[in-house]
Order: sequence, then C-alpha cells, then structure tokens
Amino acid sequence: MDLIVCVKHVPDVSSAELRVDSSGREIDRAGLNYDINEWDDYALEAALILKEKHGGVVTVVSVGGEEVDRTLRRCLAKGADNAVRISDPKINTKDPFIVAKVLSAAIKTMRYDLILTGVQAGDDGYAITGPTLAEYLKIPHATLVKKIEVEDGRAVVWRELEGGVEEIVELDLPALVTVQTGIAELRYVSVLGIRMAMRRQIRTMQLSDLGLSPEEVASPWLAIEELYTPRVERRVEFIEGSPDEAASRIVEILRARGLI
Amino acid sequence: MGEILVLAELRQGEVREITFEALGAGRNVAAKAGLKLSTLLVGYNLERAEDGLADYCDNILIVEDERLGQYNSETYQAVVSQVFRERRPALLLMGHTSMGMDLAPRLAVELGIPLVTDCLEIELVDGRLYAVRQMYGGKLNCRVRAREAEGYIATVRQGIFKPVKIESRGLVTRIGIPVLPRELRRRVKGVTAPVKSEISIESADIIVAVGRGIGEKSNIALAEELANLLGGVIACSRPIVDKGWLPSDRQVGSSGKTVKPKLYISLGISGAFQHVMGMMNSQLIIAVNKDRNAPIFNVAHYGVVDDLFKVAPALIKKIRELKGLR
Ligand SMILES: Cc1cc2nc3c(=O)[nH]c(=O)nc-3n(C[C@H](O)[C@H](O)[C@H](O)COP(=O)(O)OP(=O)(O)OC[C@H]3O[C@@H](n4cnc5c(N)ncnc54)[C@H](O)[C@@H]3O)c2cc1C
Ligand SMILES: Nc1ncnc2c1ncn2[C@@H]1O[C@H](COP(=O)(O)O)[C@@H](O)[C@H]1O
Repeated sequence: MDLIVCVKHVPDVSSAELRVDSSGREIDRAGLNYDINEWDDYALEAALILKEKHGGVVTVVSVGGEEVDRTLRRCLAKGADNAVRISDPKINTKDPFIVAKVLSAAIKTMRYDLILTGVQAGDDGYAITGPTLAEYLKIPHATLVKKIEVEDGRAVVWRELEGGVEEIVELDLPALVTVQTGIAELRYVSVLGIRMAMRRQIRTMQLSDLGLSPEEVASPWLAIEELYTPRVERRVEFIEGSPDEAASRIVEILRARGLI
Repeated sequence: MGEILVLAELRQGEVREITFEALGAGRNVAAKAGLKLSTLLVGYNLERAEDGLADYCDNILIVEDERLGQYNSETYQAVVSQVFRERRPALLLMGHTSMGMDLAPRLAVELGIPLVTDCLEIELVDGRLYAVRQMYGGKLNCRVRAREAEGYIATVRQGIFKPVKIESRGLVTRIGIPVLPRELRRRVKGVTAPVKSEISIESADIIVAVGRGIGEKSNIALAEELANLLGGVIACSRPIVDKGWLPSDRQVGSSGKTVKPKLYISLGISGAFQHVMGMMNSQLIIAVNKDRNAPIFNVAHYGVVDDLFKVAPALIKKIRELKGLR
C-alpha cells in the first residue's frame, strides 16, 4: 500500500510571544521554534500504522524552503521511507490553493493508494489544502478523520462531527483523508532514528520538474493584507504578585462568592 | 438584482443554529451591497426546515430528493455547484463546521472561485471579498483579501454572527433535481451514537481544567487535588484526550462538552476558539497561564500570569489551611 503524507513545517506558537514584522503582514520569525504541524504528526502516525499492517511505502512531502528538511528528517526518523521537498522561490507558499496545486502536480508523478494531510495547519488554520488537493487529483476524500481501516481497495473512515457523533464513510481508493488529532498515540523519535535520518537523502523537486509554469503558482487566491493583535475588550482582571499572594486573592474571591 | 446564497445545514431534519448565524452574516453584507439573501436547502423531507427559515431570508431554494437525505460531499458538491452556476450569487456562505470544512474547498476549486474559511467578519467591497479571521491559534487576527473573481465562498465561525429576522416571509422556490453522480466513490455507512459517559462534567458546579501546560500525565494529580478540595471535577482541553491522559468525556470544547459551571479554573490552556466555545459561559473563569497574551485571558474574569506549578500548589495550601486541613 502506497501512502503519501503531506507535512507542513510550522512555528510552535503556544507559549511564544508573537510579534508582527515591519511588513505588517507576517510574524517575526526570530526566536520561534519550528516543528511538524501537530495534525500532520497524527497523519504520519496513521500512515505508519497502516504500513505496519498492510505493508507498503510511506512518502512524506512538503512544500517550502530548505528549513523544512528538519521536519522531513523527523518523519524519516519515525519510519517514513521517502521524503520529498518541493522548493522554488516562485511558489507562493502562503496560499493554500497554490500549495495544493503544487502538491497535486508532484503527487501525480508518484504512486499512491491513500493521501493523508492534517485537518488544518496550526499557523494559518485554513483547513483548505487537503480537500483542494483531492479536487485537483479528482479523487474522493473525507475530512476530520479519527479512524481508518483499509480492505479490498477501499478505506472505511470515521469522521468527527459535532456533538461527539462520528460518521462512518467508505471511500474507493485512491482517496485522500484529512486527519484529526488523537487518531492514534504518537510514537517517540529515537536518537538512533534521528542519527540514521541525518544520512538519508531528501529528494527535491522544482517547478520545472512538475510541469508547472511560474504564472500558475504566482498569483494567490488569498492575500493577507494585515496581521494584528485582536482588538478585543478584555474583562479580565490580572492578579499580580507572588504565587502565594495570587493564591490568597483567589481564595478571597471564591469565599466572597460562597464557592468555598 | 444579485444575491447572497447561504447553504443550510441540517441535523436530523432540523436546521442547525449555524445556518441562522450564516444568514445573519449574509444579511449585513446583503444590506450594504444591495443584494437579496437566499437560503439553499438541500435534503429530503424538508417541510419543518423550510418553515423555520422563512423569517430570515428573501428566498428559499429547495432541492429535495431521497438521495440527498444525508450529507455526502459528492452529491452535495454536484448540487451546489450546479445551483451556483445557474444563479451566479455574489457570495456563497456556509458554516465552518464538519460539513462546511468538508465541502467548501473542493467547491471553490471546481468553480474556480476563492474561498475564505472560518471568518469572523465579512465584507464585499466593490464586489470583492475581504474577511477577518484568526491565525496562530487565535493569537493574531488577519484581514484577508480574495483574488478578484466572479463570486466567492466563505465559511463562518460558529457563535460569532447574530441571526437577523426580517418582516416579510421568504419566497419558496423548488429547483429541479440537478444531475447527480451515478456512481459514488464516497458512501455514508452510518453514524455512531455519542458515547455514554460515567461522569457528566456538564452538571458540575466547579471545574478545574488542564491543558497542554500540565506537561506530564502524572501532573494531572495536582489538578485533581485542587478539584477535590473545591468539591469539583476535572476536565481538559483536547490535547490531553488526544494523548490518552484523560478520557474523552472530560474534554471541553466544540468537539467535546459544553459546560456552564459556577467556577471554571483553567490551568495551562491557551484558549483556542474550539476550546473556549465549550466554556465561555461559565459564571466565573479564573485562568492561570504563563503567557499574558494567551487568548484564554480574553474570556477569563481573573487571570494569573505565572507558572501553574507555583500557583496551583499555593492555592491548594491556602484552601487546606482555610478548611483546617493539614
Ligand atoms: C475541528 C477541531 C475541533 C477541536 N475541538 C476542540 C475541543 O473540543 N476542545 C479543545 O480543547 N480543543 C479543540 N481543538 C483544538 C484546539 O484548536 C487547540 O489546539 C487546543 O484547544 C489547544 O489546547 P491547549 O490550550 O491545552 O494547548 P496549547 O495551545 O498548546 O496551550 C498550552 C498553554 O499552556 C501554557 N503553559 C505552558 N506551560 C505552562 C505552565 N507551566 N504554567 C502555566 N501555563 C503554561 C502555554 O502558555 C499555553 O498557552 C479542536 C481543533 C479542531 C481543528
Ligand atoms: N507547505 C505545505 N507542504 C505540505 N503540506 C502542506 C503544506 N501546507 C499545508 N499542507 C497540508 O495541508 C494541511 C492543511 O493545511 P491548511 O490548509 O493550511 O490549514 C496540513 O495539515 C498539511 O497536511
């Protein structure tokens, strides 16, 4: 079974202080740690489990500059067989429609039964690339997938709907799924695995290898005009002081409301 | 006169709230741009749905067929794209839900028109779509400009737009069944029942919730101790369930439970929208987070910007003292 996982290299923003750069449209990348997009880590995990069960090859693909090699190597260290980086300064990597088109052109040159992407990227949060890629490839898809079973040229997948309900969907292969977090427990990357991965080759592709013209990947469907801190009215009252002082103040608040 | 089209979303024959919200979003844009507002209702046995929608739009377009009784991206994409090509709306709206996320991107590519997802604000300026949405887990907002096109698609975030009633009742038009794909490559096999849970965090008065900031599974004991002292229960954000540290019936948020306790103490949760949706109506929210800019402080009443591993033990100690415990 040939599996392709699309992975994005994204900044880990959960504890970081984000600053908008002088263009007003992008974040200042200085000091940020980059890693595999959380949803893609689960997509890779799901692919590795399918490979362990059914045999086959897992290929990870990413569109971006040389910096994405770190994420690709991490995937190799976890058990992916091949890694492909699509890099070309002419590709506008900020636009999900362009990224999907580029991915589709690359994937058309490969063998695949199932393509896995994340539900969304933690940086832009568009949730556009996966289903868009399926449309470019004209294959069936399902989003928000929490479980995958494969048999007889078909995949049965469980989609997460609202309110704790899951929809069971059958897809003819080849197909594409967008994977939701929690689909399986993530494996750890071993030190040995990392060391081995450092020596592995990452295949690179450019526009000329994909049969795409620069015009096809230059003008974005979506452009960010302005990036800014949300202007919300905060009702929050910050409790300052040492942890002990903060604890005393919280106890006071709870007592005043009869909660203790 | 042009129109804005809203694709209705049904669950067991009922129109979901998000549809009325999307209609509210559409109404504002339609009023400014001088457009009509129409709902596209796709499904089977639609009488009830039809009736509820009439107060919110100028037109209701109905496509009713047994084969459309259940959402399937293949059949729905075929229907919506054909209706779109015929009516050429200036804007097509739907919810950023499990249906909208599944359907909208492919539709955009098939129709060759831009899509902006998960919108908080929507504007048509000289016929061109501009939208405000969030990035980086809700830490930053951005204003997006879509490429110039003959029409647009946008999905709207839940709980943001208010439904707007109108004086007149919407006119009902039945549309002939568009051509449906003969063979489906995606087939819906069924829907699972929600898992019955042993404890219900929804009925708790006091909740202590932990997020990724808790670091290790073993640290959850700290939150448990605090919850026990307060006579409450523990709950969590999604990553904690994803890691298998707590069962899924403890998850708060759009894909978990909605809670409204008297007290919600949040420890190490950033406050992504999908989480906040499930707890923002709590009567008192106290959040502890190292990051002063964490979005959780946009909904908290009180905030402590510090390490939870310093604050929570201090709080436990103070409450124990107060209760005369050692
Ligand atoms: C379709 C969909 C549905 C979803 N449904 C849900 C849902 O139902 N519920 C849900 O919760 N999420 C849901 N999510 C995920 C959501 O988008 C976020 O990824 C998630 O809520 C983040 O959880 P978190 O705040 O625990 O982790 P993070 O965002 O990683 O935040 C961790 C926080 O802890 C703080 N921290 C770290 N260490 C400490 C310390 N020592 N002391 C104090 N603070 C510390 C950090 O500053 C940070 O703010 C959903 C996502 C999607 C796409
Ligand atoms: N530059 C990229 N390279 C490879 N895959 C990507 C890239 N951008 C997005 N994806 C995939 O598309 C998914 C959704 O991204 P998005 O549409 O940006 O929210 C991600 O989880 C990835 O699987």
